[in-house]
Amino acid sequence: MRNLIPILTVLAGIFVLWYAASVWMNSTWVYDQAERAGVTVTFAEVIPQTMAQDRPLLPPPHQVGAELWKGLFGQAITSKRSLVYHGYVTFKGTMMGFGLGILAGVLLAMSIVRFRVMDMSVMPWAIISQTIPIVALAPMIIVVSSQMGLTGRDLPKAIIAAYLSFFPVLVSMVKGLRSPDQMQLDLLRTYGASEWATFLKLRLPASMPYFFASLKVAIAASLVGTIVGELPTGAIEGLGARMLIGSQFGEPLIMWAALFAAAILAGMLIVTVGFLERFARARMGVVG
Amino acid sequence: MRDTQTSAVPVIEAKDLNLVFQTADGPVHALKDVNLVINPGEFVSFIGPSGCGKTTFLRAIAALEHPTGGTLTVNGMSPDEARRKRAYGYVFQAAGLYPWRTIAGNIRLPLEIMGFSKAEMEERINRVLDLVELSGFGKKFPWQLSGGMQQRASIARALAFDADILLMDEPFGALDEIVRDRLNEETLKLWARTGKTIGFVTHSIPEAVFLSTKIVVMSPRPGRITDIIDSPLPKDRPLDIRDSREFIEIAHRVREGLRAGHQDD
Repeated sequence: MRNLIPILTVLAGIFVLWYAASVWMNSTWVYDQAERAGVTVTFAEVIPQTMAQDRPLLPPPHQVGAELWKGLFGQAITSKRSLVYHGYVTFKGTMMGFGLGILAGVLLAMSIVRFRVMDMSVMPWAIISQTIPIVALAPMIIVVSSQMGLTGRDLPKAIIAAYLSFFPVLVSMVKGLRSPDQMQLDLLRTYGASEWATFLKLRLPASMPYFFASLKVAIAASLVGTIVGELPTGAIEGLGARMLIGSQFGEPLIMWAALFAAAILAGMLIVTVGFLERFARARMGVVG
Repeated sequence: MRDTQTSAVPVIEAKDLNLVFQTADGPVHALKDVNLVINPGEFVSFIGPSGCGKTTFLRAIAALEHPTGGTLTVNGMSPDEARRKRAYGYVFQAAGLYPWRTIAGNIRLPLEIMGFSKAEMEERINRVLDLVELSGFGKKFPWQLSGGMQQRASIARALAFDADILLMDEPFGALDEIVRDRLNEETLKLWARTGKTIGFVTHSIPEAVFLSTKIVVMSPRPGRITDIIDSPLPKDRPLDIRDSREFIEIAHRVREGLRAGHQDD
């Protein structure tokens, strides 16, 4: 309960600001209409008209809420208008990209920690890769993968998502795999442990807290990557495509509803990863 | 000559041992012309100020450092060979238990690496936990134990695979005096029960005198042995032996040795 009050206070503040901004932004249209009709409107008359426009510049919360409700529960979840359906498409892409990103990040980190050559050659490129805007890169990935005969949008989308999500995993795992101190390494040397045993018994378990911390960042990055991957592809499925349709057809409500659906999806994914982390920590003897 | 042939080979024998570290500031002579023989069942303490090479010598025995001159044998073999034969268990200054493993899991670690069978692992874990008086703590995680108990668990871990030699590098240095006294008593009991050869690094004079049958006094720059004292104290030592005349005399000699090593500073 004590945690809830500050959250609700902030939420209330956002709602107040949002409504105020809606009135301010949408009133332009109301004044324009009134001018064309040759009438003058008072501010009190303007307010209700800013709350229920078909194509508002900034839809007020209740309109977004209604559109979101309609999208989530208003139709069969298999319908092309259902946000559950589009959300599932995006979710699928996110998970594929997430898996691919984890795999790439962990494998690269392993080889970087093991081989000095990899550390010197791969690490700088990994950092540079993140400075290239993904929006510029996404269309190229799609073109190249269709050139290579990959039909369907799932794989290129997953690659784009993995491109963003591998990086936090890589950086954290490099740090985590290097976290055992000299004494712990010496201890294993006194047992005559092989390098592989040192990896399995010491480096890998020691890196787990770093790994789980990076997953929260990686899953969010993967979702962003998937949505970006759905934008330029002429995709007709997924929350990204839904946002694009909303903006191209001048339907801000669709756009905003898709945006909020994506936020809800992100929240669910992060909470799930958080549960996984707590479960793993409990298994590894850490409380809290 | 005949005497050396009939008695067992020395557990550790160093002849003109030298160890030079190459550092950015030039070479550091960590060990210079060290000659030492340790026989089976001895309890040998290495005492001296920091930089005297006592830890380096212990690490050289464990093949964690490699001498640059002279010879060093462990059970008649090179230190690397001795390690492969599991000649020693090593106890570090910090317990260094893996926080993600239970106490039993930590003791199981060397056994897993050395490939013992499951049944034998359990048997050994129970035996060494009993030896360090931690029976019933196997399922606890390290953070649930006090510092002294953690260090006992790390000793159990070093004992688990039945090495003849136990190398201890300031194992109780980070613990308070009261805990330290108790662990010293327990270490003696453990030594009496297992008959192991123990190499023990410390910078506490009472600790060295109380525990050892042989005290090696070392001094720094270059790291070398200045005195080797064979203790006349009986094997059975209650804590109040520290007030006895012999004890005080040995402690005095150790102190003199340490002071002599410092004169050239």
